[in-house]
Amino acid sequence: MSNALALSAPLSGVLLGFGFGFVLERAGFGSGCKLTAQFRLTDWSVFKVMFTAIVFAAVGLYALEWGGLVDAGGIYVPAPYLWAIAAGGAAIGVGFAVGGYCPGTAMVGITTGRVDAIVFFAGLLIGTFAFAGLFGWVEPLTTAGELTKGDRLPELLGLPEWIVLVVLVGAAVGVFYLGGWFERRARATSEEALTESPNH
Amino acid sequence: MGAVLLLTFVLTGHGLGATGFTTRLSAWLGEHALPVWTQKNDYLGPFLEDGPVLSSWISWQVLGVFAGGLLSAWLAGRMRWQIEGAGTVGRPMRLFKALVGGVLAGFGARIAAGCTSGVGLSGSAVLGVAGFVFLGAFFAAGLLASRLTGGGVR
Repeated sequence: MSNALALSAPLSGVLLGFGFGFVLERAGFGSGCKLTAQFRLTDWSVFKVMFTAIVFAAVGLYALEWGGLVDAGGIYVPAPYLWAIAAGGAAIGVGFAVGGYCPGTAMVGITTGRVDAIVFFAGLLIGTFAFAGLFGWVEPLTTAGELTKGDRLPELLGLPEWIVLVVLVGAAVGVFYLGGWFERRARATSEEALTESPNH
Repeated sequence: MGAVLLLTFVLTGHGLGATGFTTRLSAWLGEHALPVWTQKNDYLGPFLEDGPVLSSWISWQVLGVFAGGLLSAWLAGRMRWQIEGAGTVGRPMRLFKALVGGVLAGFGARIAAGCTSGVGLSGSAVLGVAGFVFLGAFFAAGLLASRLTGGGVR
């Protein structure tokens, strides 16, 4: 990090968090209804926004590392305990489908006055306590399935980073096409339902 | 969102998150409600040694998330008390489901050492294998659970 960009930790946290919260709310991700529409496949905003952000940041980091502005070694990569990640990710996915939020979006849901988001947030704390209480039993799972071949896709696949990025960009374009198709189909179905039922 | 995420990596070396905060908040709550149990607990105990909740970057980031969400909601006129999705399943059921979902997510985030933001979004942005495995499991389980539980919040 260059000195010119050095901010105190609280300040950088508040500013970056502010940006994150703002764009999440603006995308409509404070609404459990909009969020879970992704799993009904009727609204693909979650996929689109996440994929775009991932691709943008990944390409940006690659460019900045290439330009010598960012040190790749200083960038944090989550540890690849694959079973732990898969189990935890699945639990959060089910929690999202049932409860309507993930941890970050619940916080944004709270800012728009959603009581269900407050309850979800309380659930997060209860879940954390449950985990802590069962830690003796679940601890082995938190490091299960360690991948030793490398933490990142380029090392795992033995491919240069730019090829991985090109594939990722292609996948993002694919998600937009696929999502658009599903969204048009969902809209057509709901319009059909509207015209067929005079009571509506 | 991509710009905020990229800037976070450039300025701090790590990505964005959420449950790092709820974990520290849990440890703090535990310290006050159940001090002996929390200090003895092998998971939450070490968090107490890290100092107060606001000594960690993630807590400030989450405060920022609340502030940013509030401003956006206020600008868009989206602030009002409501229980979203209560119309289709009723209030008690909607709140019960939100609680169950929260507990599952809170528990899962501790197994994966992160949530959709911390591991899924930030981990994938650095091309981490963990990030993509997380997103795969998250969406597969979510799609299935959505089918089995009536399609989420409507």
